[in-house]
Amino acid sequence: MASPGANPHMAEGHGRNDETTASISDSLRSSEVMTVNIGPHHPATHGVLRLVVDLEGEVVRDLKPVIGYVHTGIEKSCEDKSYWKVIPFVERMDYVSYFFQMEAFCGAVERLIELEIPPRARYLRTIFLELNRIHSHLVWLGTTALDLGAISMLWYCFRERDRILDLFEMATGQRMHTRYFQVGGVIEDIPLGFEAKLREFVRDMPVRVGQYQALLDRNEVFLSRTKNTGIVSRERLLELGVTGPLLRAAGEPWDLRKAFDYLAYPELDFKIPVGTVGDNYDRYRVRVAEMVESTRIVEQALDGLPEGPFIADDRKYVLPPRSELSTSMESLIHHFKLVTEGYRVGPGEIYYAIESPRGELGCFVLADGSAKPARVHFRDPSFVNLQAFRDMSVGSYIADMICSLGMLDPILGGVDR
Amino acid sequence: MPDAPGLELIRGEIEAAHPGAVVDTGFAQERAVLSIDPVHLLAVLGWLREAPGQGYSFLSSLHAADYLPAEPRFAVHYELLNRDRVERIRVKALLADPGEDALPEIDSCVGLFPTAEFQEREVFDFFGIVFRGHPDLRRILLPEDYVGWPQRRDFPIGGEPVTFTYNERNYG
Repeated sequence: MASPGANPHMAEGHGRNDETTASISDSLRSSEVMTVNIGPHHPATHGVLRLVVDLEGEVVRDLKPVIGYVHTGIEKSCEDKSYWKVIPFVERMDYVSYFFQMEAFCGAVERLIELEIPPRARYLRTIFLELNRIHSHLVWLGTTALDLGAISMLWYCFRERDRILDLFEMATGQRMHTRYFQVGGVIEDIPLGFEAKLREFVRDMPVRVGQYQALLDRNEVFLSRTKNTGIVSRERLLELGVTGPLLRAAGEPWDLRKAFDYLAYPELDFKIPVGTVGDNYDRYRVRVAEMVESTRIVEQALDGLPEGPFIADDRKYVLPPRSELSTSMESLIHHFKLVTEGYRVGPGEIYYAIESPRGELGCFVLADGSAKPARVHFRDPSFVNLQAFRDMSVGSYIADMICSLGMLDPILGGVDR
Repeated sequence: MPDAPGLELIRGEIEAAHPGAVVDTGFAQERAVLSIDPVHLLAVLGWLREAPGQGYSFLSSLHAADYLPAEPRFAVHYELLNRDRVERIRVKALLADPGEDALPEIDSCVGLFPTAEFQEREVFDFFGIVFRGHPDLRRILLPEDYVGWPQRRDFPIGGEPVTFTYNERNYG
């Protein structure tokens, strides 16, 4: 399936004049370009993505992604909310990696107001981000393998995903869109019993990943669908601004967790998996290896979890503990001011980027001195990476295009915002 | 990040080659910011990308902001990244509002950074900033027939009417 160019009917067959009548009509037929509309509602587009594809036979000759079907104006709505009310909004952009959106926004605001978060909060955030990364990769693996016909993968992946959601629910009260990160730290400490349950998960997860690999790595159908398909060179990916596992699969070891100093990552030991060819198989291998690395990060962060406060002690930005409300008038006033008006952020602007499961997730916040941000913009990795889809697909079969789209892993909520 | 003296060196070198290009520099929150005159945009971006010792060859993000009521009103932000030295620099092209129904214009940097294609379309879509030389400047997230530039600060929230059919039928 990998090289349609090898098929004589597909490659400029109509130029030759020494053919028999039958093959000329064959080649004429194959040179007819047909425009096909795929989506926006189509299970293989992983969301509400519409593709306008020019097909010559089964070969993709051109492709235009049409987006915007789930645009809900989140960035504009954020301008009407005080800073602490923006957090649940931004979580709903990329609805599979909500912890990352929270971290990007909270981190940006913390850097604007120069608020240091306590060590325990840094470690807790790292734990939840990496659990969210595993969760996101599990959703990707399940749905993409489903596209390629491996239906059972979906059930196995969602089984483990459910355990992660159970952990989220235990610590935050919500399975998705948890609003757990706050400016200054996290809203609550982890409950009793959470650590034991997380350790159990951390023990099981590498075994499960091994099981996924046993199912897929030597599966003839999976290999022939993924190997040598959707290749884009490293240079082209960099030109297109692609980041994350897609770039790493092409052999570029670029990861913001290593490059920049944020949260607890500099204190933890983990590897950056990279590919060699940059085909869909490498993309699969890189993400699967990342799940194991994330498990290692969670385990180390749990081992090294410092004692102490889980949120900063700055009453101008952080809600006072609930126990103080009935005893301290000052705390009550702070609580009232924070909840009704919110805190003010002095004029300034910041761009803060973190490594999300899909690449560089940047948050730009413009503060004008009031209690509401003047602009919140997210540089969403899915949105930027989607530009590489044309390069991945043109010249390949339509079936490989579907495979490449799955391996691209766009989340349309994040693309459209 | 280039440190504050490093930023001033960059400013000096750009000024030598393109007088009047750099309007201001900033170093708030330890982020290097270079505010420039949009006329020199491509020259500055090209210089930061190509000049020996600079190598800001990766455009991480392109976005715009509306600074109403400040003047000039708009700015297009280019978050450049040098991946070898792990340094970021923000180039801010300040754009005045031409007034009336005219749209502010700036050169497109798609030729230098192909990644800017979608992001420039997004800025056009929400701010009505026209990128000269963009290969396909259409609305990207909003419907093609949409009227208005919703991320501008003078565009009201709720400017998009929500149709409540039940209320309209019974109480409208």
